[in-house]
Amino acid sequence: MATLIAPEHTSAVEDAEKLQKACKGWGTDEKAIISVLGHRNAVQRKQIRLAYEDLYQEDLIKRLESELSGDFEKAVYRWILDPADRDAVLANVAIKKLSPDHHVIVEISCTRSPEELLAVRRAYQARYKHSLEEDVAAHTKGDTRKLLVALVSAFRYDGEEINTRVANSEAKILHEAVKDKEFNHEEIIRILSTRSKMQLMATFNRYRDDHGTTITKNLEGDSGDEFLKTLRPTIRCLNDPKKYFEKVLRNSIRRVGTDEDALTRVIVTRAEKDLKDVKELYYKRNSVPLDQAVAKDTTGDYKALLLTLLGKED
Amino acid sequence: MALPVDIEALDKAFSGIGVDEKSLISILTNSNEEHKISLRKGSSKLFIEDENGFERWDQSSIKILKHQFNRFRDAVVLSLLHPWERDARLIEKAIRKGPKHYNVIVEVACTRSSDQLLGARKAYHSLFHHSIEEHLTHIKGRERKLLVALVSAYRYEGTGVNEDVAKSEAQILYEAINNGDKNKLLDHEDAIMILATRSKQHLQALYRHYSQSYGKTLAQDLEGEGILKDTVECLCTPQTYFTRVLEAAVKEDADEESKRALTRVIVTQKEQLVQEGFVPNKIQDILLGLYKDFLLASIASGDIK
Repeated sequence: MATLIAPEHTSAVEDAEKLQKACKGWGTDEKAIISVLGHRNAVQRKQIRLAYEDLYQEDLIKRLESELSGDFEKAVYRWILDPADRDAVLANVAIKKLSPDHHVIVEISCTRSPEELLAVRRAYQARYKHSLEEDVAAHTKGDTRKLLVALVSAFRYDGEEINTRVANSEAKILHEAVKDKEFNHEEIIRILSTRSKMQLMATFNRYRDDHGTTITKNLEGDSGDEFLKTLRPTIRCLNDPKKYFEKVLRNSIRRVGTDEDALTRVIVTRAEKDLKDVKELYYKRNSVPLDQAVAKDTTGDYKALLLTLLGKED
Repeated sequence: MALPVDIEALDKAFSGIGVDEKSLISILTNSNEEHKISLRKGSSKLFIEDENGFERWDQSSIKILKHQFNRFRDAVVLSLLHPWERDARLIEKAIRKGPKHYNVIVEVACTRSSDQLLGARKAYHSLFHHSIEEHLTHIKGRERKLLVALVSAYRYEGTGVNEDVAKSEAQILYEAINNGDKNKLLDHEDAIMILATRSKQHLQALYRHYSQSYGKTLAQDLEGEGILKDTVECLCTPQTYFTRVLEAAVKEDADEESKRALTRVIVTQKEQLVQEGFVPNKIQDILLGLYKDFLLASIASGDIK
């Protein structure tokens, strides 16, 4: 369930006017920006941008970029984009890093629905004049590259059908691979990048039933090589995305110096999806509400925006 | 007694690609039993002498005739299907039928636009309840990796090519082909990545650099390399690929699969064929009947949008 609180009926024109007022003159009224944008869903935000362009012949995003700064600006920028466009930006940032953030690419390709991932690929091309898979291929190598390109190129069947025979045999293959740490990369990549999500769930369940422990537990520990570091989040995202997001949040807050990029990314991308469920998992795991942990670790307008997206009543 | 000209006409009615329906009607409806006996006796291709004293239809001819009569039907169906469904079915059939048909997968994956290929993938979900990539799992051979990569592509279609990158990637391919183990080309990760992820414009630039740098075309260097050559041709010089396929279809000793390509290529590529000034002279002599009418009319109207 989503955490975003957005009224059903809003006026894009009124919102655009409020935002323009917030940016006018000296200084910026960040509270106003948060109170508007922090309570609008993707459709509404898009309408606001169009209305703003219409009224003021200016790109709202560019305006906000110039008015705001720091973590707050980054968060607002990501929040205000269309989900597919946002994912494209996140992917590009991840790829272009000197040491690419493979887990972000995994996250986007494995936790979005097949149609959503297609939309991301289209948005990526529109923005960067390359295909997503092209850029991933050009910035990675070896088996990690094979895995990542396969994941971003996948268009998984969306249906409910499960083949138990296949689940059985592929659970075996995965177990062999995990047990021997002799990862037969070809087979792992094939299974993880081509099977439907329902089929993979059946396979992971079969794995757990056969071996008394989840596959993710078997992958824990060792930092291992590059491939393993990419394989783990892949299996986690496919197996239980909410649990995966809880872990990312937990790690981002726990770090000495919060990992704002990760914190922003998860909250912004899940606020309209399943952040509520992730919050529950977080509380179960850490005995501390996520809101509280975030409030303790962040400050100022950045904190205010995150808390708003987390569902804080005004 | 049937006239020799009738016997000849009967043979001719089945001796091309398609069937001369009109000719058959006029011969057969005008023949009495006696005529038919001599028709059968005279037609060595279709009938053999049975030990019990009658002219028996040759088994293998029945199969051939079935193919011939189905051509018009297949052309109609292929022409009527939504392109997404059509391409999904072509791919599914090719996977099922085995290695000799993999070029069809390459053809569809590489000659359709990015959005058309996406559409085919969606249709495949609806029709077969699996993704194409999943079904390609059934292929045990080394072609699988390349085929999965090709069908998964969503290539950028804009202009703007980095010529330096194209040139250096031409070199990567050159070295893979000439310095490496040619048998291992299908396992060459970089080569597959380049062919499967780069835009067609980029690959066409790469193709040019290859010829300039090495004095031969990439396709020439891949002579004998089956689907790798098909891949490069479909992406860089599709008209060469399609011309080759059409010419193979109308050769004297063409097999059934080659002949079927005729329907597939003309029906799916008619707009492009017309744009490239394709003239059906080479193929029309061997075509027969309604099938011929259908194909020629397809080409004639190919520029109707």
